[in-house]
Amino acid sequence: MIPLSHYLILGAILFALSVVGIFLNRKNLVVILMAIELLLLAVNMNFVAFSHYLQDTAGQIFVFFVLTVAAAEAAIGLAILIVLFRNRRTINVEDLDSLKG
Amino acid sequence: MTFTQLTFYLFSAVLVFAATMVITMRNPVKCALFLVLAFFSAACIWMTLEAEFLAIVLVLVYVGAVMVLFLFVVMMLDINLARMREGFTRYLPVGAVIAVVMVVEMTLVLGSANFSSDRLPRPTPHESGYSNTKELGELLYTDYVYPFEIAGIILLVAIVAAIALTLRRRPDTKYQNPANQVRVKREDRIRIVKVESESASGGETE
Repeated sequence: MIPLSHYLILGAILFALSVVGIFLNRKNLVVILMAIELLLLAVNMNFVAFSHYLQDTAGQIFVFFVLTVAAAEAAIGLAILIVLFRNRRTINVEDLDSLKG
Repeated sequence: MTFTQLTFYLFSAVLVFAATMVITMRNPVKCALFLVLAFFSAACIWMTLEAEFLAIVLVLVYVGAVMVLFLFVVMMLDINLARMREGFTRYLPVGAVIAVVMVVEMTLVLGSANFSSDRLPRPTPHESGYSNTKELGELLYTDYVYPFEIAGIILLVAIVAAIALTLRRRPDTKYQNPANQVRVKREDRIRIVKVESESASGGETE
């Protein structure tokens, strides 16, 4: 018998790991995007667990929409990344400071 | 330990390991592959939570489409990996402290008696004829049909934006213009040249 708290703690660990991933790889734009995907996965894990334990399918519907928006975000993010690389020849976050006054 | 518990703890361990590898690996390609492993084990955990449709969607859409997109982009870009790793060890202590604080805080809240087995017991599993896809579909096309259509619009906008951002016409690329092809006239293509006929002996002897 697995209590709900174990699923929630698993989600919390995943969430913390991906936040640390954004901290550690703050130069690499690709890994930051991957960490955001992992973050959304952690949130979805909580939704699915609550949906199962409370016997409410609305949680799974919400996960469906989160997945949709995350896919759109990944597609646009990678497109911006490619345009950025084409123009600046770099995806290092530190070099992208042309808007700095 | 029952089979469900065994699978849950096994896949959780794999998931946490894969997530750790995603954020610490040097090579972005390996990061993407470990992210695939993370999504796959998450799908297995969702399967034990009776969310079969979402588990399959996670594998099909994420592993099959989004991660392949990531891999394509990572392999297309020529990234200077050494410069990317600068500051990794510098931010490691701060990141580790934040991670530990977050996990401890959330464990204190989420591990409390409110979410324990006796307050929220695991519901009895559905009978064998239960279809998760059918239940989700019935909800999605009745109560949530308006959000569903908005989700479709969001995906359409994402397609248009991604293509509009990355499409470019290079001047040296050759491409067809169908309008000009249809509009072409006989005079544009055919030129009749008057050629003097040569005598049969004249050409051979020279």
